Amino acid sequence: MAIKKGAAIVWEALERLGVQHVFGYPGGAILPTYDALTRSRIRHILARHEQGATHMADGYARAGGGVGVALATSGPGATNMVTGIATAMMDSSPIVCITGQVGSHLLGSDAFQETDITGITLPITKHNYLVTRAEEIAPSLREAFQIAASGRPGPVLVDITKDAQNQQCRFDWEAAAPRPRRPEAALVPDGADLEQAAEMIERAQRPLVLAGHGILLAGAEKELLALAETADLPVALTLLGLGGFPGSHPLCLGMMGMHGEAWVNLAIQESDLLIALGMRFDDRVTGKPETFAPKAKKIHVEIDPAEIHKNVAVDLPLLGDVREVLRRLLPAVKPARRREWKGWIERSKREAAVHDIQNLPDNGHLFAAHVIHDLWRQTTAETVVVTDVGQHQMWEAQYYRHEKPRSLVTSGGLGTMGFALPAAIGAKLARPEAEVWVVAGDGGFQMTMAELATVVQEKLDIKIAIVNNGYLGMVRQWQEFFYEGRYSSTPLTGPDFVKLAEAFGIPGLRVSRREEVAPALRKARERPGALVVDFQVEQEDSVFPMVPAGADLQAMIRRPSVLVERATDG
Amino acid sequence: MVEAGALHKFILYVENQPGVLNRVASLFRRRGYNIESLTVGHTERPGVSRMTIVARIRPGAAPRVEANLYKLVNVLSVEDVTLVSTTARSLALIKVEAHEENRHRLTEIVRVFRARVVDLAPQSLTIEITGTEEKVWALVEVLRPFGILEMVETGQVVMARGLRRPARPQAGGAGQWLVETGAADSA
Repeated sequence: MAIKKGAAIVWEALERLGVQHVFGYPGGAILPTYDALTRSRIRHILARHEQGATHMADGYARAGGGVGVALATSGPGATNMVTGIATAMMDSSPIVCITGQVGSHLLGSDAFQETDITGITLPITKHNYLVTRAEEIAPSLREAFQIAASGRPGPVLVDITKDAQNQQCRFDWEAAAPRPRRPEAALVPDGADLEQAAEMIERAQRPLVLAGHGILLAGAEKELLALAETADLPVALTLLGLGGFPGSHPLCLGMMGMHGEAWVNLAIQESDLLIALGMRFDDRVTGKPETFAPKAKKIHVEIDPAEIHKNVAVDLPLLGDVREVLRRLLPAVKPARRREWKGWIERSKREAAVHDIQNLPDNGHLFAAHVIHDLWRQTTAETVVVTDVGQHQMWEAQYYRHEKPRSLVTSGGLGTMGFALPAAIGAKLARPEAEVWVVAGDGGFQMTMAELATVVQEKLDIKIAIVNNGYLGMVRQWQEFFYEGRYSSTPLTGPDFVKLAEAFGIPGLRVSRREEVAPALRKARERPGALVVDFQVEQEDSVFPMVPAGADLQAMIRRPSVLVERATDG
Repeated sequence: MVEAGALHKFILYVENQPGVLNRVASLFRRRGYNIESLTVGHTERPGVSRMTIVARIRPGAAPRVEANLYKLVNVLSVEDVTLVSTTARSLALIKVEAHEENRHRLTEIVRVFRARVVDLAPQSLTIEITGTEEKVWALVEVLRPFGILEMVETGQVVMARGLRRPARPQAGGAGQWLVETGAADSA
């Protein structure tokens, strides 16, 4: 049995766990591990901030389907990871964060760069470890990977003291196998419940599938498609569910919720059966829970028992992995045709068209929707779009049709501004063959734009579209709607993004007219290597429709439309 | 936060490791549930501790509390035994002012409650009582007029009656679950 140093065991364990990339930032308490990195074949990507490193690991996991790994030192290195860890927790993204810690004899003494990171991250990790002996490193890492990726995925933190990294110990990979699993609560529903679900679907007149992130996490796209096509079920998607069902499919309705399509929210309120698959009835989806889908029975397929009846009481919970549940449910589902219900939705869709910015007369202004639409037209289903948080994120969700799973990477639950650029770095390394686009606002981009240096250092071909309206746009929109237009601290200046890109050694383009969008995108796509396009869009545009927070889902604020005025005038 | 809802009793088997109590308590804090009492102690199995938690839970939310507790990796099993027939006991030590004139009345009360005098001093008397919460607090009320100098109560420990036991880890040492094949693995 080999005797190894703790620091070497870190890398050996990661290699054996199949890790190829680690995103990190060195510092005092993690120095032994960084020293041992020189003898590992794992590629380390130097972030410019530890928050960036965690978002990279997160983007890597979301785009590639594996576990992302981030590495940082103690104290500020570890606390800088907190936002990234919370982001991964809220969106069930499997990442393992490894932090250095001061020597075990200094623990609790307020030593230089000591911080209680296991205490700090307790409520935002699935689990965490404080490792004080070299012997514990391999078992902790093995278990951390298992916990991160199993069940409902999420982040795990492993905090390793400096002396544990420096100690020598016997390295025994077999003995480091994770403990046997605890039995999970009935993870596959029994036959009677499946029969009941099939019957409810058969009896329903106006059924609707609500598909979420669970579809992607379980790899249940084929099963969802089969269910929808067999029983002729229209499918609405959550933000994180986009790509779980082909956007161009006739049964695909688009996104639900606060900025969901009007016809989707109206269909939910009209539906008599909701089949919720791997989604958690977030408040951004339901609006006011008491008036959500009042006519509908609800089936909830969910892997996490703690989500059942949490936000919305359901009639039939089916606990389990959504792919496994659908596989067992499908044989019982009877073919159906639902012309009347689909016709109802289609009419509602046509009525909504008059509010669509795409259908409004061209006033010469450049709207973000045009940018997203042209980007979607030019790119393929294999493209990965990584969005930041805010208006552009919602416009992307509305106007970019995602055909394939893991083609959209975005921070949903936590809504973390600054996520897009670092997450795109992770996505590109996980899927090097894919075209990767960042779509970010000028506010969020400025939060983490230092990672442009990482893009350059790692020679990554990432295209960056900045939807630049000179405002913290989503907050400005709330101020316009709900605070009588008092724009408190939302106007913001930014750098000259073209010059900024050039300063990092990346070409930059500026677009301010609608007809320039398509040529600029073409130019960006044809040119190999990273590139920034600064789209200077209409400054005070808003995302429509909008369900005000806590309002009934059908109480949407719609885009003012001259087409509506003309229709009523006539 | 004051919560409406009923008192629920949870029995947890947990790994006896540093920080586990913090993880459990933090979960109640984060989800906004106030713990009425929490006791923890060793079990017949090395490395495995048992907790009894009594908390006020909003109507309908108890299964989610159970599920959230079970998501903690160090929690080996959890069961809500509120509706199960159980034996519940708590222990209290109550020190009251006592002197020549009232000592006899106090010992009479102790006898009626089947409590015990565990310390007798010139100016005070310490009573130990074991029983249901109701019994303990009934004694406290009776003793109050005598002047309670200090008291300490353990909080409830709970055990199901008869052969029925709450869900518990399989034999085989700390945290050694028998790996279930089939359903659990395929998910």
